Amino acid sequence: MGKIGLIIHREIMAKLRSKTFLVMTFLAPVLVAGFFAFFIWMSMSDKAEQNILVIDETEFFRDKLAGNDYITFSFTSKNLDQSLDGFYESDKTCLLYIPHNLVEGAGGAVKIFYKKAPGFAIQTDIRNQVEKILYEHKLRANNIDPQIIHNAKQSVKLITEKVNEKGEHAEQSTGFVSIFGFLSGAIMFMFILLYGMMVFRSVMEEKTNRIVEIIVSSVKPFQLMLGKIIGIAILGIGQFITMGLITAVLSTVLSTTLLGDIKKDLDKFQKQQEVVYKNGTNVDLEKFDKMQDKLEVFELMQAAGKINYLEIAICFLLYFIGGYLFYSSILAAIGSAVDAEADAQQFMMPVMLPLIAGYIISARMMTNPEGSMAFWGSIIPFTSPIVMMARLPFGVPVYQVVISISLLFASFIGTTWLAGKIYRIGILMYGKKVSWRELSKWLFYK
Amino acid sequence: MEPILEIRNVTKRYSNHTAVNDVSITVPKQSIYGLLGPNGAGKTSLIRIINQITAPDSGEILLNGEKLNPKHVEHIGYLPEERGLYKKMPVGEQALYLARLKGLSKAEAKKRLKYWFEKFEMQTWWSKKIDELSKGMQQKVQFIVTILHEPKLLILDEPFSGFDPINAQLIKNEILELRKKGSTIIFSTHNMGSVEELCDHIALINKSQKILDGSVKEIRRSHKNNIYRITFKGNMMGFTNAIWDGAKLLESGKVEDETDMHWAVMKIADGVKTSRLLQELLPIIEIVSFNEVIPSMNDIFISKVNEENNILGTQSNFTE
Repeated sequence: MGKIGLIIHREIMAKLRSKTFLVMTFLAPVLVAGFFAFFIWMSMSDKAEQNILVIDETEFFRDKLAGNDYITFSFTSKNLDQSLDGFYESDKTCLLYIPHNLVEGAGGAVKIFYKKAPGFAIQTDIRNQVEKILYEHKLRANNIDPQIIHNAKQSVKLITEKVNEKGEHAEQSTGFVSIFGFLSGAIMFMFILLYGMMVFRSVMEEKTNRIVEIIVSSVKPFQLMLGKIIGIAILGIGQFITMGLITAVLSTVLSTTLLGDIKKDLDKFQKQQEVVYKNGTNVDLEKFDKMQDKLEVFELMQAAGKINYLEIAICFLLYFIGGYLFYSSILAAIGSAVDAEADAQQFMMPVMLPLIAGYIISARMMTNPEGSMAFWGSIIPFTSPIVMMARLPFGVPVYQVVISISLLFASFIGTTWLAGKIYRIGILMYGKKVSWRELSKWLFYK
Repeated sequence: MEPILEIRNVTKRYSNHTAVNDVSITVPKQSIYGLLGPNGAGKTSLIRIINQITAPDSGEILLNGEKLNPKHVEHIGYLPEERGLYKKMPVGEQALYLARLKGLSKAEAKKRLKYWFEKFEMQTWWSKKIDELSKGMQQKVQFIVTILHEPKLLILDEPFSGFDPINAQLIKNEILELRKKGSTIIFSTHNMGSVEELCDHIALINKSQKILDGSVKEIRRSHKNNIYRITFKGNMMGFTNAIWDGAKLLESGKVEDETDMHWAVMKIADGVKTSRLLQELLPIIEIVSFNEVIPSMNDIFISKVNEENNILGTQSNFTE
């Protein structure tokens, strides 16, 4: 093993020895998957049995509020005070109070009294039902058949199709694509920062430990710096692949268990839709509405299925390597120049700015994915790793990717070379507050 | 004797000062060579140049007659003044890593480390972390790492700082042992006692320039200043009167626990022979001992540095 090999090996072992690093590698994907699972779970209604007693002063909602598998409505003619009395001991879970002035539209509110808080889904369901009943009532009061209004409303699906230079076009959900792009840009931002800072800390640790002078009497400072950067890069790629595999496995498991129901629902919905097409207005529209929110989830899933993940993963790897090397060498130089992390502030700002700019550009791309800002941001090396990741899911001509990656790799050679010049002086410089001017002088030392 | 290291007119400049100014030094093989000088004189800069950590702006360095090149790091062992180790890495692994960076194979490094850990009775430290060791213990680890690859040239920057006397003696013995086996040791220190005890040759660096070099014996002999110390029985007054013509009294005092016994340090005037002075004294006092005072390295160091600084001081006064 060459000397750089030894340094790489040590760098990797030092991190692998740290428990937090290992825990993070395995925990992060679990957390992410858990987060999504939680959201999916949240979005599906919460199925706790609800036994709701309705005090309907308007006498208008009786038999109109529809229960379902887990919500049952029962009505009482007692007034509110009487009903509250003994509510706690009863088998009812909630009291729904509809005041008499509600129908007049005097701003009356519907109240729910509960023992255990009802879920958000239940609250939404009740509110929707009450609103709908009022709506239809008011239409009828004006001699309008609600069915006419319903049938007059037609939902239009907007299909976005991307046309490429050959004139081929395919459906692409820009909504999902832009969120996905933004997310992969954000992950790139995080990764570059995370591993760049790891290099920064490792350099500073050796300097403040005062071991660096012993090491550079055996190897060239540039070799030490390079070994460190490569070591942490290998670590980063390893961590990325491990995290990716765990995420892939978890999301497959989760989507089969959690999203299975939604798929079934969609099949049902599609059949209903066919019925709508065939039978025109004579359809059970109640069911149609209930499916509407689940359909969005399914469209998302469909769009997610259309993205070329392999291509994006390869580009992610390439951009991570390029962007990481670009920034980590700058951060290594900064780490070498300062004695304490607090002193690094003034140097950090100019390094962070382009990274943050890349992040902002990729966020803005959600509204304008093909703007010139997005184009230049994805070409210029300072921001290209982040912005290009955000752009990729929209489809980017291959030549642009090639130019962008070549520029990035050419510039990291430049930054690494410059960083090496600062690094070899910086690591031996103690007790000196360095300025940008000082750093630029170091470039010319022999 | 054949030199192992030749430094020829080496200059190293930084943006606002010159760290090493036209320094030439020749270090003989198998010697212990002291690199002396006040703080900030440029010793560490020079040492870093020898270690190829930095490059000189001009001048050249030869190791064993060859121009210094990257291959040479395997023949040099360097213990910097400000030295540390990885805090979280186990001692043994760390030592192994540093030894392998110096070009030893893993098996060879392990074998040698085992020998040294046994010799210094530190086998139990192998899997400990540096955090758990005392400063003296860390220094031992660093010393072993420095000499493990059996360097032909060993550069020690303030090697004894932080050691208790027992460990300092241990290291001293090892240094002498290494020299016997053929190593050359360059030794940078402020501790003049250890310079007289260990060094054969020295170079004195002040304000980035070499102001003195040579063998310790030669230097001390050449800095003799006609100063003598006398112990006698008799009247101090009479003694002072008797030397009036030929010598200047520098210091004197009464010898404790003896009645009527005194000592005096005097500088004999140029051209005055000691025999003549003694003849003058014999009738007045009873001489117990009389010997020449050879200046210590400490005295030479202080007087040389002060002398240089004063010259430079007056020069700058003139220019103002």
